[in-house]
Amino acid sequence: MSRSEKADKIRRVMETDGENVAESVRGKSDKTGAVIDSFEPYEQYREEARRIKEEAIESLPERIDEVTEAVEENGGQVYLAQDAEDANQYIEGVMADRGADHIAKSKSMTTEELELNDHLEAAGYKITETDLGEFIIQQADETPSHLVGPAMHRSPPDIAELFNEMFDLEEPLSADPQELTQFARERVGDRIRDADVGLTGANFVVTETGTICLVTNEGNARKTAVTPPAHIAVAGIEKLVPTVSDLQPFVELIAKTGTGQDITSYMSLLTPPVETDSVDFETDTYGPAEDRSFHLVLIDNGRMAMREDDDLRETLYCIRCGACSNACANFQSTGGHAFGGETYSGGIGTGWEAGVYGLDSAADMNDLCTGCSQCVPKCPVKIDIPWINTVVRDRLNHSREPESMDFLVDGLTPDEEPSGLDIQKRVFGNIETFAKLGSIAPTLSNAAIESGTVQKLLDRFAGIDSRRELPTLADETLVEWAAGRPNPNPDADREIVLYPDLYTNYFSPERGRAAVRVLEELGVSVRIPSVPESGRAPLSQGMIDTADGKASAVYAALSEHIDAGRDIVVIEPSDLAMFQNEYERLLPAESADRIADVSYELFEYLYGLLENGAEVDALPTVDGEALTYHSHCQQRTLELDPYTTEVLSRAGYEVTETDVECCGMAGSFGYKSEYYELSMEVASRLDDQLPETGPVVASGTSCGEQIAALTDDETPHPITLLDPDAR
Amino acid sequence: MGTDIVAQFTDSAMETVDSCTRTDPDGFEETLAELVAEPAVGAPLPSESVSLEDTVVDTDPSVEELSAAETGVTQAGTAIADYGTVTVESRPGGDELVSLYPPRHIVILEADDIVPDATAAFDRFETQVREARENGTAGATRVLETGASATGDMGGLVSGVHGPTEVHIVVIEA
Repeated sequence: MSRSEKADKIRRVMETDGENVAESVRGKSDKTGAVIDSFEPYEQYREEARRIKEEAIESLPERIDEVTEAVEENGGQVYLAQDAEDANQYIEGVMADRGADHIAKSKSMTTEELELNDHLEAAGYKITETDLGEFIIQQADETPSHLVGPAMHRSPPDIAELFNEMFDLEEPLSADPQELTQFARERVGDRIRDADVGLTGANFVVTETGTICLVTNEGNARKTAVTPPAHIAVAGIEKLVPTVSDLQPFVELIAKTGTGQDITSYMSLLTPPVETDSVDFETDTYGPAEDRSFHLVLIDNGRMAMREDDDLRETLYCIRCGACSNACANFQSTGGHAFGGETYSGGIGTGWEAGVYGLDSAADMNDLCTGCSQCVPKCPVKIDIPWINTVVRDRLNHSREPESMDFLVDGLTPDEEPSGLDIQKRVFGNIETFAKLGSIAPTLSNAAIESGTVQKLLDRFAGIDSRRELPTLADETLVEWAAGRPNPNPDADREIVLYPDLYTNYFSPERGRAAVRVLEELGVSVRIPSVPESGRAPLSQGMIDTADGKASAVYAALSEHIDAGRDIVVIEPSDLAMFQNEYERLLPAESADRIADVSYELFEYLYGLLENGAEVDALPTVDGEALTYHSHCQQRTLELDPYTTEVLSRAGYEVTETDVECCGMAGSFGYKSEYYELSMEVASRLDDQLPETGPVVASGTSCGEQIAALTDDETPHPITLLDPDAR
Repeated sequence: MGTDIVAQFTDSAMETVDSCTRTDPDGFEETLAELVAEPAVGAPLPSESVSLEDTVVDTDPSVEELSAAETGVTQAGTAIADYGTVTVESRPGGDELVSLYPPRHIVILEADDIVPDATAAFDRFETQVREARENGTAGATRVLETGASATGDMGGLVSGVHGPTEVHIVVIEA
């Protein structure tokens, strides 16, 4: 898809689905946040859940043997399907052998992956989806827009219109959810009674006992499993866990992170074939439990290869609760029809799509992960979802064929990437190179950038949206300013390095200068050596090798300072997040730890100084001035935003902090022409939280740019409020 | 088992069920009679202290009677105080069908079956599943039930989908 086709598609999905998805997932996101916050053992159970999954995937071949033995001992059968075709053939065979013609299904994303319905329909079987959400999209012939709520892109009036169209009703249905539910449950209920075979998914499968765990609210899975005399359960091989007690942390987490409930209405722990008689409503007789048949169909379909893949393996720990979708600003504005592939959606969907269908299926959705990391603390099994998206992006970069214009930028950019890399990604990933070049003659460069011609060229060839105002280069970089400047605290006990991040150094040195003066006023000796860009810029474009090189260069530039006992203070939160998190993946563990251990966010550090004897009165203070503060997504994931609020409060500000997931800019994302409109839609939720008048400050550079675009006002970094020179 | 855990269970359960009544074996039949909507079907109660024998509840319903029933009465297995969760054990007496098809589910729970949390409950389930498989007896299958069946798929939370619309719990304290 071209950039404009992508923009068109996103615009279309935002129009049709956006509003309904937003209402539903934002509600869930708020609820899950509150439930998680009040659930004291949350972190402990996440650790346990993660460990259980890690061990189960590690021992997968033995687990498969074990569950096969257990299910057969129970009187059921197990089939290990290599791929979708294999699984579909087997299920069709079960239907044929039983002389069945109607199968009732409870919700199963894995059968969506297999396209089982299409297969069985083509073979002449009747299929009823019994989950009401699935029932809706089955009628509409649509794909799920969310892992958990497949029809959340449809409003009650949409659903009423669909049902009125599909069914020949004497009285048309109204848009009342009660009435719609009543109607659908009767239709579906009749069909479950008529079905010959019931098919369920499985949230978990216990290998020791052959017990399958189904997590539901509607009760349809219970009826589907128990009413007909034959039950087929379809499960990816990643669903296996060793023992019944291993289910406990998952049972406690899955509803909390997924829907914001404490626990779902039903958690079935079935060890089929079950001892309940089946029910034949046609003949009004029970079928003896002894005659029940059960088939467990385990699906590989790329999973064994994912298990061997060091970067995609984590995807297999996913329990498909949808938390990452709910927490995602871009998902909230679009849903799975834009942020989704063939079957799977949201942040983790990229890993699933790449794993089960191949890279191409993940290509379009992948860019919608901006790496903001708001999903990370919500994932019940602690999957590094942004990393999976980065890896998939990197692989896509390497698989792309070069285009004719690419040589232009190729020659300019000394990166480690293949020549097929998208020019837009290459420009953003090498922003340091352009900033360096431009700052040789900043006035000239700025004049060029601000000229309509250059903006048009950038839009056309690099996909940098001309509706954006591009940041301008400063006359003097922060490093240049600091060089030769006298140190007022040469004998200070505390000596730090203020990291001259790319944005502060080239574009906004005033916030760096303010930081220096504040730190010095509080008795710190500050150094600003020349240190390369952290690697955040290339990493966000999926340029992992280039980011890796940056990380090494940063480590080389900082290690002597670390040896000298200097703390590293960072202004730009996305760079601090690199030091704290991503460097683990790019540097040897010891090097990454050394940087992480001594690096601090600026206000985190100021807070530490104030707690250790420094006086806030040394800085300019106010008396109860109202202030709106927008923190930065990655800063919030690191739980560092409270320090800014606290320090500003001590300086006399009445701080209101925004709580939207993301500003929508997310580094380079909002500058890209195909995503500009989505970026502004996401920003509209932040706009709702901004005051009519009054000052707004933001920790992140791109957040500040976005807010400035919304309010037409400068949005400085909060440190500028404390600058002694501003007194 | 102390009364505290019963109170804790009752408090949690009331977040999701329609009623949760504490009574003793003597008060059982009267309490049940107030909750039952007829026709009512049930599965035989394993309890030694209470029984459905002298009640209006039919414990051997035909398929037709199951379909027509307004109320299903079953005895719960392990219950979890933290969540107000009860367990429908799959017994040959048809507990699963009786608790699933009628719109009102009345759960009989002996206070002794309440455990504090999910950790304790799953330890029990693990033992019960193992024993059932070893001995070839019932006990390997159960459904944890917390409130009525519900959906959000039609916009807004609606109670009563494929499972019961109402759940009433009767806790029997010796």
